Amino acid sequence: MPGQSEHHFRSTPPAVSVEDARLEFAADVLFENLSVTLEAGQLTCLLGPSGVGKSSLLRLIAGLAPVGEQGRVVCDDGVPAPGRVAYMAQSDLLLPWLGAVDNVVLGSRLRGETADKGRARALLADFGLAGYENARPGALSGGMRQRVALARTLMEDRPIVLMDEPFSALDAITRTRLQDLAIRVLRGRTVLLVTHDPLEAIRIADRIEIMAGRPARLGEALVPPGPPPRDPGTPELAALYADLMARLTAADTMGLA
Amino acid sequence: MKSLRALIVAAGLVAVWQAIVWLAATPPYILPGPALVLARWVDSAPLILRHAGTTLSEILLGLLFGAIIGAASALTLAHFRPARTWLLPVLVISQAIPVFALAPVLVLWLGYGMASKVVMAVMIIYFPVTATFLDGLRRTDPGWLDLAATMNAAPRVVLWKIRVPAALPAFASGLKVAAAVAPIGAVVGEWVGSSAGLGYLMLHANGRMQIDLMFAALLTLAVIAVALYAAVDRVTRLMVPWKDSDHDSEH
Repeated sequence: MPGQSEHHFRSTPPAVSVEDARLEFAADVLFENLSVTLEAGQLTCLLGPSGVGKSSLLRLIAGLAPVGEQGRVVCDDGVPAPGRVAYMAQSDLLLPWLGAVDNVVLGSRLRGETADKGRARALLADFGLAGYENARPGALSGGMRQRVALARTLMEDRPIVLMDEPFSALDAITRTRLQDLAIRVLRGRTVLLVTHDPLEAIRIADRIEIMAGRPARLGEALVPPGPPPRDPGTPELAALYADLMARLTAADTMGLA
Repeated sequence: MKSLRALIVAAGLVAVWQAIVWLAATPPYILPGPALVLARWVDSAPLILRHAGTTLSEILLGLLFGAIIGAASALTLAHFRPARTWLLPVLVISQAIPVFALAPVLVLWLGYGMASKVVMAVMIIYFPVTATFLDGLRRTDPGWLDLAATMNAAPRVVLWKIRVPAALPAFASGLKVAAAVAPIGAVVGEWVGSSAGLGYLMLHANGRMQIDLMFAALLTLAVIAVALYAAVDRVTRLMVPWKDSDHDSEH
């Protein structure tokens, strides 16, 4: 594939740790004393039932939500995480009045920097969107829009990438293609990907964290064997899938209790 | 197709008008028929057009200033929280005072000329423009704001590059309401005290039992109001090209 290596992050990405985070929502404690470490340069998938606080955990790493009085987010290189994260959500968050290239260079536009539109075009071309450079989001399919959003995320060229269910609104085929693309282009960055889909985690994660309970806890991280993307059909991964489903089912029951 | 439909509706209304005149046999000093009014319009065209020019100027100036002041207010209220907490209640309460009740005061202060009518139009336009635009500015997709925050964007930049464009559809609907109500402000102002304008002409003709002239003036006002609405509708579509016409940018 063209430009296989050009997206790789060049400097060393940091490991990111959340320590003693606490989140209260309407007098309900979602989590407290919650700690988790995102290993440097690894893609960590965060699984868990709806409403357990996965997105909130992601948001507090991004600096979009308070981490609680005792809590802190630290990187092992000593530089704070907010300001060097790229964020991608379930909805593409493309601005409907801008064309694809202008959406991809949104970060520089908002910071008043000169936009590298050549690089944006190259990214779009690499993502199979050549010819759609000036298309507004309304003229693109859901999968194409999410590819533009992925291009925008990479355009930011940040060492930490936080993704909140980025592929969950897509159909199965489009989702699989985008997962493969994301693995290829996110290699070498510290990535947290929130998902509710155990198969997605098995396909693409370097590490899988499960968040469950109220207040929520994280269990032991699972490390699926072999490099991603994996075929979840192999017996070993089928067993891992069964294990994940069992844990998630237990987590769900716990949440109800 | 759309203009054809408008034409058919207009023709239908004229037919109903004519039918009422025939069936009820109304005397011309109560309800003159379309033919009579049209003849009077042709006879008095220079007079009617002169007064129409005055009213149209008042409406357009009112729209212009109303839109500018309304947009500026909405931006101020959206960007500065203290402005919102202190001024928004004042703005809402001010709407409880009927603008029509203020018309005599405005004429007293600003005179019989165009100024008092323009201010009337501005006052009637101001609230819908401000309210709709402010609502649009405050309903920005929180996801966009999160995204902008992770991109280290300054609040001022977020306002101009994200919140304002995102609120343009709301601003556009405010402008359309404004275009619909602006003629009311101007004409009410003319009724209260003026020496020119369609409202003045109608009152004057009514007083002299020139009912056909009154209807000719009224018809002119209706045409102006409809044309104005259509024009503003066209302009606001150009303002938000990503709405309705999402497919013209493909390929």
